[in-house]
Amino acid sequence: METITKNILLAGAGGQGILLASEIVAQTAMHCGFDVKTNEVHGMAQRGGSVVAQIRYGKEVNSPIILEGTASVLGSLELIESLRYAHFLEPGAWAVISHQRMIPVTVSSGMAKYPEDAEERIRRTFPHHKLVEAERIAQETGTIKAANVVVLGAIASVLDLPREAWETAVAACVKPQHRDLNLRAFAAGFQL
Amino acid sequence: MKKVLMSGNEAIARGAYEAGVTIGCGYPGTPSTEILENLVKYKEEGVYCEWAPNEKVAMEVAAAAAITGARVIVTMKHVGLNVAADPLMTLAYIGVRGGMVICVGDDPGMHSSQNEQDTRNYARFAKIPVLEPSDSQEMKDFIGLGIELSEKFQTPVILRGTTRVCHSRSLVETRERKMGPVKVEFERNPQRWVPIPAWARSMRVKVEQRLHDAAEFGNTSPLNRIEWRDKSLGIVTSGVVYQYVRDAFPNASILKLGMAFPFPDAKIREFAAGVGRLLVIEELDSILEEHILAMGIACDGRNLVPGIGELIPSVMAKIKAAVEKSDITVPKPLPVAADLPGRPPVLCPGCPHRALFYTLKKHDVIVTGDIGCYSLGVLKPLERMDTILCMGGGISMTQGVQRAGEKRKVVGVVGDSTFFHSGITGLLNIVYNKGTSLVCILDNRTTAMTGHQDHPGTGKTLMGEMTREASIPELVRACGVKRVHTVDPLHLAELDRLVAEELEADEPSVIITRSPCLLKERKKNVVSRKINADKCKKCKKCIGLGCPAIELSATSEGGTVAPVINPLLCNACNECKQVCPFGAIEGE
Repeated sequence: METITKNILLAGAGGQGILLASEIVAQTAMHCGFDVKTNEVHGMAQRGGSVVAQIRYGKEVNSPIILEGTASVLGSLELIESLRYAHFLEPGAWAVISHQRMIPVTVSSGMAKYPEDAEERIRRTFPHHKLVEAERIAQETGTIKAANVVVLGAIASVLDLPREAWETAVAACVKPQHRDLNLRAFAAGFQL
Repeated sequence: MKKVLMSGNEAIARGAYEAGVTIGCGYPGTPSTEILENLVKYKEEGVYCEWAPNEKVAMEVAAAAAITGARVIVTMKHVGLNVAADPLMTLAYIGVRGGMVICVGDDPGMHSSQNEQDTRNYARFAKIPVLEPSDSQEMKDFIGLGIELSEKFQTPVILRGTTRVCHSRSLVETRERKMGPVKVEFERNPQRWVPIPAWARSMRVKVEQRLHDAAEFGNTSPLNRIEWRDKSLGIVTSGVVYQYVRDAFPNASILKLGMAFPFPDAKIREFAAGVGRLLVIEELDSILEEHILAMGIACDGRNLVPGIGELIPSVMAKIKAAVEKSDITVPKPLPVAADLPGRPPVLCPGCPHRALFYTLKKHDVIVTGDIGCYSLGVLKPLERMDTILCMGGGISMTQGVQRAGEKRKVVGVVGDSTFFHSGITGLLNIVYNKGTSLVCILDNRTTAMTGHQDHPGTGKTLMGEMTREASIPELVRACGVKRVHTVDPLHLAELDRLVAEELEADEPSVIITRSPCLLKERKKNVVSRKINADKCKKCKKCIGLGCPAIELSATSEGGTVAPVINPLLCNACNECKQVCPFGAIEGE
């Protein structure tokens, strides 16, 4: 068992399903026998605002909050939200990023600009990254709502937790009627 | 024993269940809301839960239940304890029979609050113990310990959670439910339950004796523990900060205070004598540090530790550098991307609140706002709120602005749950003292911001039962308001006309905008509205609504950006359709 605590950061906008994804990562690590702590944002920030969830697992975890510069994986359900949290990553870390653009109200009301070179900046910022067409893939596997689980599958492929543990956690965290659909979305993400 | 992953708030609920708690009450407030939502899941096993209209009522219900012998928890956020402070201060005198734990969620860093308060001050103020768990396991265990402590010393006990404990998840070992020994039956004993001055004076003496006894208990209780490591540096800490300290100072000795007040002086002396240098690291106020200094023990603290905001790992790294007079030893992270467009929280697509702010924007009036989703009406592009003070203040403050001599009309904006919470008395005051404000009650049929809790106006209880529905218009009329109107805010023209009309009134007037929260009653199979590019003149009037579903497209021809509707986000409220002067927005 690893002795060093692994830090994972999930980012996106309120309503994208960050909290479910966080729950699945935590359950997976727990199934593998690790100590786990997570932290999430609730309340006002959830109303369409920038949302982040943090998961830490290892032999013994103290703080539920990740120190900047120490996360090994960043999963982002939105394009520029990945850049917003880039400073949390350690050198050599992976970033798994959905192509999806969610236009913040600061942009739509003309106060700010959505960076047109977002993908280029992502390539520059993250030496190890996967840009995932999560929405398209999710749609193909059944519903666009499973985009978060597609990204999760891609995250799973760069982490060293066994695939069966992930699948057990996905199955346990979604409603029974959505189980097959989410497992398909996970598998599609895992292959990327 | 089985371990499960629980948030701090879930763990409190589990702890209350295991400790034989039979009653839970409270008022929703981040970060405390999920406690009762989880406790009520044990209703089949004899746990009764209720949302009170406000925290004061919840505290009074809980106090009476504990006096009658039941084990009880009451939940609220830090500012809620201000509302409940009146019963708390005297409950500390009369005490309890059944165990009572007051679970308060503090919000250092103000993630979802209007201020940051340190609830430990209330424990010292009321002269009652306060427990500070550092993770979910302790949240669960400390509820049980708190109930025992409460019965042992016949006092209410505060459990102070903070956002990072309440909303963090960690592994918890559960056990069976065990009921308390106290018989549930009201014992008549006026000298004990009635603090008329003659009897309150003897209670006052007992309060001090109890504090002394509880401090003695704290000196030997495992709640307060010393972890000896390298003795050159000793750190006194409590709550979630203990976890940050363990990561930042893995070799330091630690005095971890699970019960920070009453202060365990003997334990503090023992620890201080055993270490070379003493450092107090506490979030928000310098409560431990000031006491330790007052004991005549030298220590570092606020000179190195910020008193504003959270002491999260990035802050802790700076503290460590200051303590060790070294450079910050954390990995050099990438620079923060400061040029990204901000993504603030925003009223949801289709939110009925948006319409009222859009309408109010047409008038030169002062708007005193209140606490809820509609607080977001202060942000661009709506920007139609001028003040926020506290729950209920949106109504009362109209009177102050007007009586100060402001010439413009004053409009109070308050939500339905907030109106029941503490808006009614403010309205009474306006009528009684002959004010002429317009009050808008945004009735979206739920307590939306905290995640859709029921309230006296929804006709449903926390136990999931149907109940009588309090009528807002009838309450308003009973306060003496003659001009009372209910309108569907999604009919913009009618709302416009009504607001314009009522702003002219020279007596108190109330407009109730009634339309359910879109998140709660999301319509099925919504067909998104569409902008007909041929008809659109790019005037961007629809953009002024600040709806997240309406975006400016960068791809339009001719260089002029045009609005487009994101079909995934649109909830088909038709607000934009009514705003568009060119009939360019289509869809039924």
